[in-house]
Amino acid sequence: MGEEQEDRKPASSAAAVFDAEAANGLVGELRGSFRSGRTRSYEWRVGQLKAIWRMCDEHEKDVVDALALDLSKPELESVVYELGMVKGSCKTALKELKHWVRPEKTKTGLATFPSSAEIVSEPLGVVLIISAWNYPVLLALDPVIGAIAAGNAVVLKPSEIAPATSSVLAKLVAKFLDCSSIRVVEGGVPETTALLAQKWDKIFYTGNGHVGRIVMAAAAKHLTPVVLELGGKCPVVVDSGINLQVATRRIIAGKWGSNNGQTCVSADYIITTKDYAPKLVDSLKKEIERFYGKKPLESKDISRIVNSNHFARLTKLVDEDKISDKIVYGGERDKDSLRISPTILVDVPQDSLIMNEEIFGPLLPILTVNKIEESFDLINSRPNPLAAYLFTNNKELKERFVMSVSAGGITINDITVHLAVHTLPFGGVGESGLGSYHGKFSFDAFSHKKAVLYRGFAGDATLRYPPYTKTKLRILKAFVTGDIWGAIRALLGWA
Amino acid sequence: MDLEGALEDMRQYFRSGKTRDASWRQSQLKGLLLFLKEKEAEIFQALKEDLGKHHVEAFRDEIGTVKKSINYALKGLKEWMSSKKAKLPIIALLSSAEVVPEPLGLVLVISSWNFPFGLSLEPLIGAIAAGNTMVLKPSELAPSCSSLLANSLPTYLDTRAIRVIQGGGAVGEQLLQQKWDKILFTGSARVGQLVMAAAVKHLTPVVLELGGKCPAVVDSLSSSWDREVAVNRILVSKFGACAGQACVAVDYILVEKRYASTLVELMKVKIKEMFGEDPQASNSIARIVNQQHFLRLKNLLSDPAVQNSIVYGSFMDEKNLFVEPIILVDPPLQGAIMTEEIFGPLLPIITLEKIEDSINFIYSRPKPLAIYAFTKDQRFANRMLSETSSGSLVFNDAVIQYAADSLPFGGIGESGIGNYHGKYSFDTFSHYKAVARRSYLTDFWFRFPPWNNHKLLLFDTVYNFDYIGMLLVILGLKRSR
Repeated sequence: MGEEQEDRKPASSAAAVFDAEAANGLVGELRGSFRSGRTRSYEWRVGQLKAIWRMCDEHEKDVVDALALDLSKPELESVVYELGMVKGSCKTALKELKHWVRPEKTKTGLATFPSSAEIVSEPLGVVLIISAWNYPVLLALDPVIGAIAAGNAVVLKPSEIAPATSSVLAKLVAKFLDCSSIRVVEGGVPETTALLAQKWDKIFYTGNGHVGRIVMAAAAKHLTPVVLELGGKCPVVVDSGINLQVATRRIIAGKWGSNNGQTCVSADYIITTKDYAPKLVDSLKKEIERFYGKKPLESKDISRIVNSNHFARLTKLVDEDKISDKIVYGGERDKDSLRISPTILVDVPQDSLIMNEEIFGPLLPILTVNKIEESFDLINSRPNPLAAYLFTNNKELKERFVMSVSAGGITINDITVHLAVHTLPFGGVGESGLGSYHGKFSFDAFSHKKAVLYRGFAGDATLRYPPYTKTKLRILKAFVTGDIWGAIRALLGWA
Repeated sequence: MDLEGALEDMRQYFRSGKTRDASWRQSQLKGLLLFLKEKEAEIFQALKEDLGKHHVEAFRDEIGTVKKSINYALKGLKEWMSSKKAKLPIIALLSSAEVVPEPLGLVLVISSWNFPFGLSLEPLIGAIAAGNTMVLKPSELAPSCSSLLANSLPTYLDTRAIRVIQGGGAVGEQLLQQKWDKILFTGSARVGQLVMAAAVKHLTPVVLELGGKCPAVVDSLSSSWDREVAVNRILVSKFGACAGQACVAVDYILVEKRYASTLVELMKVKIKEMFGEDPQASNSIARIVNQQHFLRLKNLLSDPAVQNSIVYGSFMDEKNLFVEPIILVDPPLQGAIMTEEIFGPLLPIITLEKIEDSINFIYSRPKPLAIYAFTKDQRFANRMLSETSSGSLVFNDAVIQYAADSLPFGGIGESGIGNYHGKYSFDTFSHYKAVARRSYLTDFWFRFPPWNNHKLLLFDTVYNFDYIGMLLVILGLKRSR
């Protein structure tokens, strides 16, 4: 296992259209494979995880080239943020899997005495993973790693908006992984619809809230549980009295340095005080130039906008009435190369388009408030974001922020890094999503935690059975509520 | 009632932060305990009226278990509410990471009629413990219980945070149109689908506690003591659990052909011991909840092939909605009695050549909420464990897993989504927020553009936790990967 597979073309990827019938056949095939027990073996899981690692290692150039084609992604971002993180996930899973698969023994109480109990993690069966275009390798393979670690059979549908990467993934998975249990289906809406009509044991979707709803509605028909990794407007609150240069650099790295703002946990907008805003803007201008040079629009160290649809969407945001005069930096664009320069706006109206949809691009609005505490209510009055960030040295403010701002995750004094900590669950709440993954949470997301209770035949408590008597009631009362003394008294016939 | 206005008030109350206080949560849980203590007589009376449930059964299955769960929550609350530190890799330096539980907000609990107190209050415990505000819609098919909850709970709980809304399908639909932060539903798969479909609008996470056909697999037991214990447990888990109208009740039995008759004979004896010569007069078996379900059960037996498979019992009293224990051996597998959840005191026994065949039998059917395996054969037990899938698996007993605080209670596949009980109730009504903290003192300068090969090398070593490699790159002694 783990050897390079012969280039077997699964029936579904031939020239024929991938319709509901093909999808049905595919699921049936994988169910048969799952039923055989193949994917449950520890060796199989380890073999597949190692194969993913080798796949990333040996074909780095192919992946980097595809990402350059699809997103003009700088090599470093591709190697570090996509392949590097995938390899890191493999490594974590390989190291920890033997612990994860072990049943968890649990305590048992008086109500079930005598007994022993454990929680056994078992694979769900056949799962569907639909990934996004912005980190097309990471968001495809990271969930796949979790699904494999948990012992499932997997169908992966990569995003068609990153077609070169989708094609590379399809080829590599067919070459390196076990085709009997892991398959890639490429395509757009028709193929995804055909897949969603099937009965899966879990569906894992990364993308936007609109399609997330379509996925959940399809899942509801079969009572299929889902994980939805969506997005939202991730706010960055910037207090005064901080190391402004460091904070600015981190903001830039988390915005334009992360796929040019096209990242679900990117800094969507900033909230700072009226007094501090000018300093922040100046610092941003300075550091952006330091990173990207005098002409950031042309810098090769920033990804481009993925396609003309998104380019049009973003220019619409910034061209809206009453918005264009709020631009304090940037605003340049080049339609042919699909580039928009890092753009900063100050105090756009709250009801503007740019403040009511996830930007997912290089535009950074800054909202100003009188006192920094006002930012909390501002954030909580909007849909829950996937992440919320605060830059401050004020300990009390930090604690209040953590306690009162509801978001999928929070990082204090940095941006996005919480998702790189594999011991933290990564997921949203409310509009930003359902469920979480990374590290062991990925394993759990694709497992069923089966409750197992072991009872013996000795010590049968007849007080459970009819005919029901007053005495039985007294003893039962004591046992079920854990009142040992009361149980003894009742057993001895004392009132 | 202005539903939207009422819910907005509850949201505002949640925003005020009151329900997050540990002391508020404790006071509500204690209020619930007081309700159970002071209103015990009324509770038993309501269950008698709605379901003809004997008060000992009621205590054993609904009231005692809820009391136990409240005490368990009170004891664990502080620990459950605390943040948990997450391990960091060494390279992170001076950062901290933790997971902080926070309440979801305003949640909806829709409960079922068969355990109207248990299935309403267990979720309530979790919702309160996790700091949420909650609306409870009890089942209209248990009207006395529903009224008691609606009229009494306001005396014991904070009505700004917890409300009971009574009603049937129309009220349920209206409630499902609103925005909730979580919905916990107990009931049938058919309605469960409607609940999940309604939840899509607001991307509301759901817990669906559904049903299924829970099989009891009875292996050969050589000792007569063991056989008696097994039969007692099976019988009480069928006829003694709301007359089989329970999601965790034993639905049907699987046994080897050669032991079937011994099993049936033993059951006949034990049924008489438990319920006397006249089970209806014993008042120890609950009623069928209403005429619709009574007729449904009658219908399951209408097929002559099914009629012919009856080996014990037959008495059905439509006026009093009573059905006595009825045992069948090998009714046709395609009949409704073997394809739908029975939810009543009809107990089919399906015979097999070998007990191992039970594994395929179960596997080829929808995943049940629970599987009960009565066996002393370790090898067979291991096969049941690894080759079948169900919400829970119990060896040598049935239903009792419901009372285990440390085990998650929930289904899989058609039997449900999510789980609760014990700390799982707290978890299910919480959002576990990831929190990472950084300082300004350390940063990896190579984190920032402009990019070059040197930075790439450094990143590579960092991500591989290759400290030596990192040093070499910095010293200029390593220039490629």
